Amino acid sequence: MAESDPVVTLDNVTVAYGKSVALREVTASFAAGAVGLLGPNGAGKSTMIKSLLGFVAPATGRMRVLGLDVAASPLDIRARVGYMPESDAHIPGMNAVSFVAYCGELAGLPRVDAMQRAHEMLFYVGLGEERYRNVETYSTGMKQRIKLAQALVHDPDLLFLDEPTNGMDPKGRDEMLELVRDLGHNKGVNLILSSHLLPDVEYTCDHVVVMDKGRVAVHGPIDGLKQPRGRVFELRVKTRTADIEPFLERLRAAGLDPHATDEDVMRVFVPGEAGARELFALAAAEHAQVRHLRPSVPTLEDVFAHAVGEE
Amino acid sequence: MPIHDQGYRRYLGGRAPRGRAWVVIASAGVRTLLGKRAFLGLLLISWLPFFVRAVQIYAAANLPQAAFLAPTPLMFRQFLEQQEIFVFFITVFAGAGLIANDRRANALQIYLSKPLTRAEYVFGKLAILTTFLLLVTWVPAFVLLVVQVAFAGNFTFFVSNIYLFPAITVFAFLQVVTVGAAMLALSSLSNSARYVGILYAALLFFSQALFRVLQFVTGNTSLSWISLPFDLSQLGDAIFRLPLRYDTPWVLSLVAIVALVVAAGLVLERRVRGIEVVA
Repeated sequence: MAESDPVVTLDNVTVAYGKSVALREVTASFAAGAVGLLGPNGAGKSTMIKSLLGFVAPATGRMRVLGLDVAASPLDIRARVGYMPESDAHIPGMNAVSFVAYCGELAGLPRVDAMQRAHEMLFYVGLGEERYRNVETYSTGMKQRIKLAQALVHDPDLLFLDEPTNGMDPKGRDEMLELVRDLGHNKGVNLILSSHLLPDVEYTCDHVVVMDKGRVAVHGPIDGLKQPRGRVFELRVKTRTADIEPFLERLRAAGLDPHATDEDVMRVFVPGEAGARELFALAAAEHAQVRHLRPSVPTLEDVFAHAVGEE
Repeated sequence: MPIHDQGYRRYLGGRAPRGRAWVVIASAGVRTLLGKRAFLGLLLISWLPFFVRAVQIYAAANLPQAAFLAPTPLMFRQFLEQQEIFVFFITVFAGAGLIANDRRANALQIYLSKPLTRAEYVFGKLAILTTFLLLVTWVPAFVLLVVQVAFAGNFTFFVSNIYLFPAITVFAFLQVVTVGAAMLALSSLSNSARYVGILYAALLFFSQALFRVLQFVTGNTSLSWISLPFDLSQLGDAIFRLPLRYDTPWVLSLVAIVALVVAAGLVLERRVRGIEVVA
């Protein structure tokens, strides 16, 4: 497998749980390096990872991981990947170092090597001082770290990280993101980070695959996706009535893409060469006063909102 | 200093060939159970009947007035029957949590994300239980046979009852695999080891009680196949060449046991997965 080859490819993959379709004819490829798998809850991110691990058989389509067919060589694939599940997961009745070493042995490492690697990984993820504690007494943040340690112990070529910052406090979250970024950028580990948190993906990954409702909405290098094929403005207006919807409808009818932020300022994606002048004209036509208008830098959030069509 | 500066090294060592993960699972499980004092105590108590039988064999071989205690093939059958109570307790103690605890801790997705098959996982778990069950059935029965030869100072008994060693082996393995498969299947149905233990005991006692009621109603024992302990007793008698204690043909008891093991396999196939689909 050449270095430039994608580490994961999906070709027309459909996965259903009974009548509920989780992935719909997904065709995508994940480049080597750090790739974010971004999407709202229920978009199909975890299902995609579980399918790639062979936990779920797709109804249609083919998947390849590290050049190996998932249907034909699931064990060969699992020997070369690490998986950090989203939910709490551990082997009951073990302390941290025994747990991680056990995972190493399950992955084929000799016992002595597995134990040595377990100590190293626990120091790496910041649990060195707590490694003889029973895992069941760990806090949520510590459990996230030990899940990362068990995924790393056998030195995988590819890591699947499913919502690795779930339930972590801000400091722990920053440290976890540092670890993920370090693995992807300094340690040569390919990784796929599944998250619904844009800042996590933007900080740690170079590429992104955005999913929505079981489909791939957009994918590519993050920098490339953020390149303006138009302009983004921060906009705040005051309309004659409290209802701003007619103004938003007018913007959409003109081909602009407004979406809300946490504050009362909206971000408006203006395609092509149009700019502030057109926004003023549209506001005037709707008798709305423009209180704030400022050009902004496109973010991954804009790409995401544009791709999944959120307001 | 950022924690990642403490380093991550690529692993350049060797890896074990595929297919040995069940050994890792089994040995870890055995170590864990041996670390529990209560379980060690149970194991020790389960060997008391062996010591009683060993003294019996010693006395019969060395004291003329105790010649009536001389070992017979029936003694070995009775010894294995005596061990059934310990088989029950060890099955509940060691077996109830084997899969239930993994389900509670979401460990299945950890296991199955490693290069091992579901069959290896189940086999590893089964190996934990069968190891301890054989330790209180086949091992002491076999050692008793050795003790008999040692105290008698000749092979006369052994040779004249040459079928005993295969009978002990076949019966012990049949018992252990059947009980182990049934317990593993039950363990995979719940996240609570306590509930599984109670369920297992209830199923055994209920099937025995049901048979006794049916025996009272029908006036014969031809329905003993509905109870696992009675199936094993019937097959034990057949294997040790003793008169059958129930009216059920031993083949029917064997069919019931095979059906139970197959059903356990089907349950495990459905329940041991890396992902649980809630419809």
